[in-house]
Amino acid sequence: MENTVNIFLFGKKYEVPENLTIMTAMEYAGYQLVRGCGCRNGFCGACATIYRIKGDRELHACLACQTKVEDNMYIATLPFFPLVKQVYDIEKIPATETVMMQLYPEIYACIGCNACTKSCTQGLNVMQYIAYAQRGDFEKCAEESFDCVMCGVCSSRCPAGISHPQVAMLARRINGKYLAPGCTHLEDRVREIKNGDFNELIEALMQKPLDEMKELYNNREIEK
Amino acid sequence: MYSDKFKQSLERVEKARDNNIALEPERMTAKQKEDLLAAFHPDYRQDQFDTLKIGPNKGDKVPFELSDILQAHSRISADSVDLEKPDYETDVLIIGGGGAGASAAIEANEAGADVMIVTKLRIGDANTMMAEGGIQAADKPNDSPAIHFVDAFGGGHFAAKRELLSKLVCDAPEAIKWLSDLGVEFDKDADGTMITTHGGGTSRKRMHAAKDYSGAEIMRTLRDEVLNRNIPVVDFTAAIELILDENGNAAGAVLMNMETRELLVAKAKTVIIATGGAGRMHYQGFPTSNHYGATADGLVLGYRAGAKLLYAETLQYHPTGVAYPEQIFGALVTEKVRSLGAKLINVNGEVFMHPLETRDVAAASIIRECSERNLGVDTGDGQGVWLDTPMIEKIGGEGTIMKRIPAMWRMFDKYGIDIRKEPILVYPTLHYQNGGLDIDANCMTTNVENLFVAGEAVGGIHGKNRLMGNSLLDIIVFGRSAGINAAAKAKDVTVGKLSLAHIEKFEKELADAGITTETVSPKLLPNYTKQKGI
Ligand SMILES: Cc1cc2nc3c(=O)[nH]c(=O)nc-3n(C[C@H](O)[C@H](O)[C@H](O)COP(=O)(O)OP(=O)(O)OC[C@H]3O[C@@H](n4cnc5c(N)ncnc54)[C@H](O)[C@@H]3O)c2cc1C
Ligand code: SF4
Ligand code: SF4
Ligand code: FES
Repeated sequence: MENTVNIFLFGKKYEVPENLTIMTAMEYAGYQLVRGCGCRNGFCGACATIYRIKGDRELHACLACQTKVEDNMYIATLPFFPLVKQVYDIEKIPATETVMMQLYPEIYACIGCNACTKSCTQGLNVMQYIAYAQRGDFEKCAEESFDCVMCGVCSSRCPAGISHPQVAMLARRINGKYLAPGCTHLEDRVREIKNGDFNELIEALMQKPLDEMKELYNNREIEK
Repeated sequence: MYSDKFKQSLERVEKARDNNIALEPERMTAKQKEDLLAAFHPDYRQDQFDTLKIGPNKGDKVPFELSDILQAHSRISADSVDLEKPDYETDVLIIGGGGAGASAAIEANEAGADVMIVTKLRIGDANTMMAEGGIQAADKPNDSPAIHFVDAFGGGHFAAKRELLSKLVCDAPEAIKWLSDLGVEFDKDADGTMITTHGGGTSRKRMHAAKDYSGAEIMRTLRDEVLNRNIPVVDFTAAIELILDENGNAAGAVLMNMETRELLVAKAKTVIIATGGAGRMHYQGFPTSNHYGATADGLVLGYRAGAKLLYAETLQYHPTGVAYPEQIFGALVTEKVRSLGAKLINVNGEVFMHPLETRDVAAASIIRECSERNLGVDTGDGQGVWLDTPMIEKIGGEGTIMKRIPAMWRMFDKYGIDIRKEPILVYPTLHYQNGGLDIDANCMTTNVENLFVAGEAVGGIHGKNRLMGNSLLDIIVFGRSAGINAAAKAKDVTVGKLSLAHIEKFEKELADAGITTETVSPKLLPNYTKQKGI
């Protein structure tokens, strides 16, 4: 038998192999997951989890699919957290800090306790990205928050009741739409296609016999 | 840090690194590829396939695991629900809250239709969220939709439906623009030029990315937009059976609350299946890169209602799944790692193939290295080959990995492997469902009226193999199109009396064909619990 550790799922003890993640350990223990499990690979934020190692003062937050079990780990999942998501029309909002004041005024009540940063499952500097959002520096907020999986752990720790991932989401959309430089070759190509510039080429491919298509493919020139 | 058992092989990889970087390995000829695939690709292993005995694809071969759920009992019988009292009524019902479903919802809403999404987990708990590498579009001056067409057609073994493929490539730049206008942050130079790379099988650098969170960035933006438009999203609710009307047209679905198991009826004028892939079916015992809900439900729903499948026998095994450590076994190592310069290396430190062959060829080549040639690395749980990630820093300069593939770095760092300094071990993983429901250029199934399909549940866009970056593209192009067309069609539809008669009809076909099975489908979720309850 492989080496095992004792873990406590919602307080109840289970003995599980030590090489499992929290998520696979729950399944090993017999849980058929519905909530709290999405991508199983660190992208979707469905599996936010809080744990404490017995005897430690510190409480940890993590993604259950990305974290190995440890001996004497007390585990509670946090599959849902009531975040606030404000509704807005991306075509109409101003790309300035007024939009934050209107939609997420609570960010200005941040007391700088840094609990959000300490708890972030992605190791992001959450307090800093909120500070950027306060100042309307959406480019920096977008950059700093880019790896956010919207798990909501930071918000669960915030005394000011801020919904950090939603604030960052808004900042990234504003940055992507309004602040990032426009792309001329993309605009050009969209226009050329609308204009029918490639119709003839495509039409020819639609008709071409299979062996000629093979010729074309096998001898195509590949950009270095 | 790797344990001592890997040491000898690791030293060889390190020693050969500079030479290996300089080496430009030859590409395989068409004939070499054909022979390799026939001998080593899982799609060619005849003993792993079953012949369908009933349904629209009777006589076709599909993997055993798929025939088991296609030729299975419904979860319900016609009298389990009251069709006269629908719980939801809408113009367009979208099944599945991934990228295809969300795009369809936004466009149907834009067209003024009443639209709702039902989804098995949460919106965004989907394969779309996991896509790392990027999305193709021929928008650079040295490129064109025609070149994109040839790349994809050849990569898919000349089997794509050309009317679908031409739509894919011609609508691609517009799809990027649409996403960009919604606020998706593509990697760009200071002057706005898109930073694009190669993917396996591309002849031009047309892979657009948002770091290595391309799918996540697209998905979270689409989700935000769906919510901004107040489109109803019913989460933790799976479609378990389509509802037809008395004329045999699609007219809704029976839904099941995943937590309470309550059954609900949704009535609609048009239905869009956007349920995604099948990795969690673990065909041929392979691990998978897919999300938890990827169980081919849409294929089952469609097939039982009479819709035809196309190329359901072809799956994509991504060449580079994680082979080690065990905790992330089967997870995806994005193709971008190879696009950025990392090469595949065997136990002796030798480059054994060109890193940018198409996926099926690369997967077969790795399987050959680990089986017939016996030059794989023993991981303890199986075999793998090295993917020499430190090459990326040498080629692109220090910092390239953190800048371009931070998610990859993070995934391995959690287990003490710094991919900037150490190579990683990979083996093919079940990644993508090439086949699916057969549709026309308007995204409607070819034989069930008012039933639309978009995304990974579609068959025929890519043929028998899909190039990296063409799937994120297809969910946007065909997702939008399905939304637009389903909304337009809904305007002319009068729904007849609702019916589940097809369940009984299918049961009879099962019995007539002498199929005895205890399987009920769709599967909805895999069962990974180790303890067997009562
Ligand atoms: C790890 C990974 C990396 C990838 N990388 C790339 C890449 O770099 N480039 C690229 O182009 N492609 C990539 N792909 C492929 C691409 O991401 C997917 O093919 C595509 O996103 C599928 O989108 P979809 O909307 O069709 O399905 P999904 O995004 O999977 O969405 C389907 C949704 O339907 C739900 N659902 C399923 N069954 C039911 C049911 N019965 N009732 C209700 N809801 C249901 C699911 O839970 C899910 O939410 C990758 C895929 C994976 C897994
Ligand atoms: S910023 Fe908050 S929501 Fe985002 S990953 Fe970190 S803890 Fe999760
Ligand atoms: S937890 Fe809340 S109050 Fe504390 S620093 Fe973070 S945002 Fe500010
Ligand atoms: S299940 Fe998606 S992040 Fe863990």
